[in-house]
Amino acid sequence: MNLAATLRVALLALRINKMRSALTMLGIIIGVAAVIVMIAVGNGAQARVEEQIKSLGSNIIMVLSGSVTSGGARGGSGSQPTIYEEDATAMMREIDDIQAAAPTLRASGQVIAGNANWSTTFYGITPEYLEVREWPIAEGRNFETTEMNGSGKVVLIGQTVAENLFGAANPLDQVIRVRKVPLTVIGVLQRKGQSMSGQDQDDTLLMPINTARTRVIGVTQAKSRSVSSIMVKVKDGADMTQAEAHLKELLRQRHRLQPGQDDDFYVRNLSEILQAQEASSKVMALLLAAVASVSLLVGGIGIMNIMLVSVTERTREIGLRMAVGARGRDILTQFLVEAVTLSVIGGLIGIVLGVSTALLIAKLAGWPTALSATAIILAAGFAAIIGIFFGYYPARKASRLLPIDALRYE
Amino acid sequence: MAALIQVDGLAKDYQMGSTLVHALRGVTLDIAAGEFVAVMGPSGSGKSTFMNLLGCLDQPSRGRYRLGEQEISQLSSDALAHVRNRQIGFVFQHFNLLARTSALDNVALPLLYSQLALTERVARAKQRLAQVGLAERMDHHPAQLSGGQQQRVAIARALVCHPQLVLADEPTGALDSRTSIEIMALLQQLNREGITIVLVTHEHDIALFASRIISFRDGVVVEDKANVPNDAAALLIKT
Repeated sequence: MNLAATLRVALLALRINKMRSALTMLGIIIGVAAVIVMIAVGNGAQARVEEQIKSLGSNIIMVLSGSVTSGGARGGSGSQPTIYEEDATAMMREIDDIQAAAPTLRASGQVIAGNANWSTTFYGITPEYLEVREWPIAEGRNFETTEMNGSGKVVLIGQTVAENLFGAANPLDQVIRVRKVPLTVIGVLQRKGQSMSGQDQDDTLLMPINTARTRVIGVTQAKSRSVSSIMVKVKDGADMTQAEAHLKELLRQRHRLQPGQDDDFYVRNLSEILQAQEASSKVMALLLAAVASVSLLVGGIGIMNIMLVSVTERTREIGLRMAVGARGRDILTQFLVEAVTLSVIGGLIGIVLGVSTALLIAKLAGWPTALSATAIILAAGFAAIIGIFFGYYPARKASRLLPIDALRYE
Repeated sequence: MAALIQVDGLAKDYQMGSTLVHALRGVTLDIAAGEFVAVMGPSGSGKSTFMNLLGCLDQPSRGRYRLGEQEISQLSSDALAHVRNRQIGFVFQHFNLLARTSALDNVALPLLYSQLALTERVARAKQRLAQVGLAERMDHHPAQLSGGQQQRVAIARALVCHPQLVLADEPTGALDSRTSIEIMALLQQLNREGITIVLVTHEHDIALFASRIISFRDGVVVEDKANVPNDAAALLIKT
């Protein structure tokens, strides 16, 4: 019996029991569709979570000044300024994986506006800063190049500072005094909330780095170009560990450190968050795989159930086929092909249903869904394998019947 | 004529619960090619067991069975399937047609297992249906056919692989008397065309259409006689 003939016989048998075939297929259809939809929704959600984690700064490396040891007492980070604005420019120039490096000068103190005052942290920044922190301006405008280069007396304030100094009043174009230096508010930053370490990120004040250096903080001539930290943003998809290694190497080279000598700077990043994210996506994938196998398994058991009923019900047919010359293996093939046909047709319908449902969910519910070709191929392949696996037992049972017993079966 | 069937000491035992049933206790006989044999006997006489062994549907417990040039009792189940496909045609009491399947597909069923192309299968099945007078009804399902027509479809199916031997197990058992005679006329015609026919029946008047009548009782042959057959076709014209 050739394959075309077997397939024809199988299709005929399935057509004769249309309703039952459809119900059997339903298990596989729902299984495959569920897998596709679930993976699409899961991937979409994961992509969104990844994006959000990234905005928290998982792709940011902080470079801090090193410490100095005097009389056996080791000072903390930044006790000696060892990193410079030029280090930041060099990083951007020489390391491909780095998207931007923002050197900042950090200080804190009292700020005064009218009769209100507030103690806060302020930063001298370069244009890269807002890009690295992905921090848009809510009201007002960004610094202009002339203000950046020419130590303009302008300032951007965070939401917390705005509330404490101005309350409900509009802070734009108001003058605030930072360590007695009058600066004009040109913009208010969007609310960013707490940092990973629990700090209020909106309790801040940003000014051009030159303004901070020459007018507000005032640095000695020797450390004129030094900065407190450099915030480095690594490009999307680049390897954090590798970028960090390159960065360290570059800084050691620039600072002329001999092999064996300690780094004169510190490097910090949020790799823990990245690891947590990786772990969570692994759990997600496992969960989906589990759900996938359960739903497809149930569909497969449905097929086995129906095929077993079918074998019993068609015992006389099997006997007749054997009487007219079917070998055991012809019967085996016939029932196996029937089961596989059921599951493959069900799988194909399931794919169509799953893909359209995923698209519909994206459109109607506004959930992000990401259809994955791997998931579709996997689900379809699984459906076929399940057909063979669960079809084999009933088919073998049929093929082992003795012709005379099968023919006499009542 | 050369012997088509040679059986020697053929016996079959069944285990029924804890007792061993000797359904066939040693049968020795020859059937020549071209004979029309009726096998008779009350139920439990072993005639059905004998037929199943002749039809290669079952294996004997003891004894030898030769069909044509082949020693059947030595064959594997696959080889038996091949023998059933090529050399034997079956006609059953209850027709055993596939439900909801056209007459044409029913007739073509044995050809599925004989490595023929689809067009060849259809052509042969059509030819056999025409031979039994049902060319007009090849798209009908069994439920749309009368009992006699269904048995004709079954006979066409039995013939479609050009067997040497047709085994008919009570082929008229489910039919009225006139239709029975029609079916016997068809079988007699096939016999005249050279096909050996072995017919199991418990109706004496049906057995009289055969040229030889073998009677079974308690698993052994009790009578084996020649018979001048009634002509079924002539009987049909008379009535």
